[in-house]
Amino acid sequence: MTTAAALSTGAAIDLPSVSYGQVKQGAAKPYGTDPDLQKVYRPGDLWPLTFDARQIKAAGALADVILPADDLGPAASTLGVVDMLDEWVSAPYDTQQKDRPIILDGLAWIDAESRKRYQKDFADLPESGKTAICDVICDPAKADKEFRTAARFFSKFRALCAGAYYATPDGWKALGYVGNVALASFDGPPPEVLAQLGVEQTVV
Amino acid sequence: MPIITSSKTQPEYDVAIVGSGAGGGQMAFTLTLGGLKCVMLEAGRNYDPATETPMFQTKAQGPLQASRTEDKPFGFYDATVDGGWQVPNEPYTQASDKPEEQFAWWRARMLGGRTNHWGRISLRNGPYDFKPKSRDGLGFDWPISYEDVADYYTKAEMLIGVYGTNTGMENTPSSPDGVLLPPPKGRASELVTQKYAKKVGVPVVPIHRAVLTKPLDWQNIPAKLHPGNAWAQKIVGDSMLQRAACFWATECGRGCSIRANYQSTTVHLPPALATGNLDIVPNAHVREITLGPDGKANGVIYIDKTTGQEARIKAKAVVLAASSGETVRILLNSKSNAFPDGLANRSGLVGKYLMDTIGTGVSGQVPLLENVPPHNEDGAGGSHFYAPWWLYGEQKAGRMDFPRGYHIEMGGSRGMPGGSNPLPDDLGRGAYGRKFKEEARRYYGSFVGYSCRGEMIPNEDCYCDLDPVVKDKWGIPVLRFHWKWAEHELKQVQHAQRTFVAMIEAMGGTVRSRLEADPLKYIENGGKIIHEVGGALMGEAAEKSVCNQWNQTWDVKNLFLCDGTPFPSNADKNPTLTIMALAWRAGDHLLEQARQGNL
Repeated sequence: MTTAAALSTGAAIDLPSVSYGQVKQGAAKPYGTDPDLQKVYRPGDLWPLTFDARQIKAAGALADVILPADDLGPAASTLGVVDMLDEWVSAPYDTQQKDRPIILDGLAWIDAESRKRYQKDFADLPESGKTAICDVICDPAKADKEFRTAARFFSKFRALCAGAYYATPDGWKALGYVGNVALASFDGPPPEVLAQLGVEQTVV
Repeated sequence: MPIITSSKTQPEYDVAIVGSGAGGGQMAFTLTLGGLKCVMLEAGRNYDPATETPMFQTKAQGPLQASRTEDKPFGFYDATVDGGWQVPNEPYTQASDKPEEQFAWWRARMLGGRTNHWGRISLRNGPYDFKPKSRDGLGFDWPISYEDVADYYTKAEMLIGVYGTNTGMENTPSSPDGVLLPPPKGRASELVTQKYAKKVGVPVVPIHRAVLTKPLDWQNIPAKLHPGNAWAQKIVGDSMLQRAACFWATECGRGCSIRANYQSTTVHLPPALATGNLDIVPNAHVREITLGPDGKANGVIYIDKTTGQEARIKAKAVVLAASSGETVRILLNSKSNAFPDGLANRSGLVGKYLMDTIGTGVSGQVPLLENVPPHNEDGAGGSHFYAPWWLYGEQKAGRMDFPRGYHIEMGGSRGMPGGSNPLPDDLGRGAYGRKFKEEARRYYGSFVGYSCRGEMIPNEDCYCDLDPVVKDKWGIPVLRFHWKWAEHELKQVQHAQRTFVAMIEAMGGTVRSRLEADPLKYIENGGKIIHEVGGALMGEAAEKSVCNQWNQTWDVKNLFLCDGTPFPSNADKNPTLTIMALAWRAGDHLLEQARQGNL
């Protein structure tokens, strides 16, 4: 940004997505450049949430189709994933503001599609109905033209669910992350890992 | 003497130190333990890592799973307070609109500055790095050689605690026996990289980082740092005793409440405060250095950000350690009849030859690293291995098309997840349900990334000056950056990109980064590596440099520049350790001047 441009906007330079202090929607305020890092935050603590009961129901049902309960871990909706999604789409930052309409429109679409096909909301469908809808939108490369927008929603929704799910200790277990605990020593990868990789520990 | 407000300052100090990071912290340490009364001015707020560091917070406990936002560009738990690529109320400008001619300026307005979140990579410059022009005819030689600084590197390493090994590699100096702390074991991705990089000629070895892999030898090190000064030894020993060894969890970028890594706030400032010789004034935004009728600096004018009022400090000597950009800005804004173009700027060189580190990166996915049994790889909260520059011989033989080197930093991917999708869409194509969870687990830990950290050569097109119009909130003129990469840098990133592709392919992996043909598209913007140095080079003669070999300005004898500004070159080695070594050396020189009654 040149001098003249800086003067007109009050910003400095044009690096990606800079918008200090700008309130992007409603009552949502950014947490600023000096937030309390010790506090445990719950969705809704920093800015009002968006989802109504129907959106919560649809988001929970879809999240559980994507990340169901199984031997790797619990279902997404039991780990607070829906609240985290709600916090995400309600946040006053650029990335989240771009995701917001994709998610809100997509949740409306999936219920509408479900009612069109089965005269029920998505959450009220049996597994077979849910997967029938997901199968036509789960891969943007293969989705029919009429489902392209819905497929983009599905990819975004899946990515956000995964970002939330795997942020939790149950998600860590599901993924295979081990850590965030104090250790007396760091021993490096165990012998079976070294053997599988065909390498030796070179720091003795 | 403690952390105070501007209304509590003393009538006069021996030394005023502007900035509290690596350079300011080291100067405060050296000077106060040498018996001088100092005041430190920090533009940001007070910051206490012991109570403020988010050590074990999970990403789910932070907003937006702690992912990066405009307010926290390195993620929610990054230690940076009131900082980033932009700082509210403190703009800067660019001379050019072209994307490749932008300079990104990272600032942290907090006690300890950028040392709170830095990468802790602590590499010595080698002998070649002090005499680059003598080797290839480009840039500038330093007025000092490696031998002049070697002992100060050793002292800095002993004080802050650095893990690593002596490799004996060319221009990669060894530390004396017993100085380095034990290197941590290699992680899976690091060991695999080491094995396969060798096949393409790249040597991967343990890196040097300022993290305690065992407690410091608090009983013996202080005597080596402060021979003959029992008082200083006691203070430094007590401070070392307060530092715990790394417990192998949490990323260093969050800071460290147990003081296991180096940050100015946990290593330099506690002993300096314990001397009783240091006052620290936070929220002090320095506008200018004042000049006495004798031509010497006699104090500092600053804005107390808590009141918006102007305040003054009187001192017999002044140290600027505010970061290259901010130090240049203060000098250029310190205008007087004696120095109409800015303080200590008779050469006209203040602001010139600004440098950053050359950066580019390539990421890949390695099937060999798929489905690895879960195991703890948190390690030392940062990298354990790197590849020092390995082609000095090829360059000397004239077989390379660029003159200076780069080292390779590397990352694996078994870090704490959350905030982003662990299974990229192209790999998890169409997957949901059980299939998605299995695929995410399979690929977790199989992604690798390699970064070039290279030496740029100072050039006439990279500099900063005062913007003729824009001012900050307090009416102080702001910096305007000018930036243009030369062919040397573009050739270097092309080589780095080819090397990283070869490394990933040697591992049987697939490159995931989009490879652009035009190096201007993949070289990081100036400033992005946050290794800003230069702007007030040291040299042999007053007409061709701003400082002498003691970081002392030629024009104003009691003014010392102790951040990266005096660097005449920016070796691929990360600058922080060199900033400390030079500051310690300058501090000893200043103490000697004081002893001789020359303050």
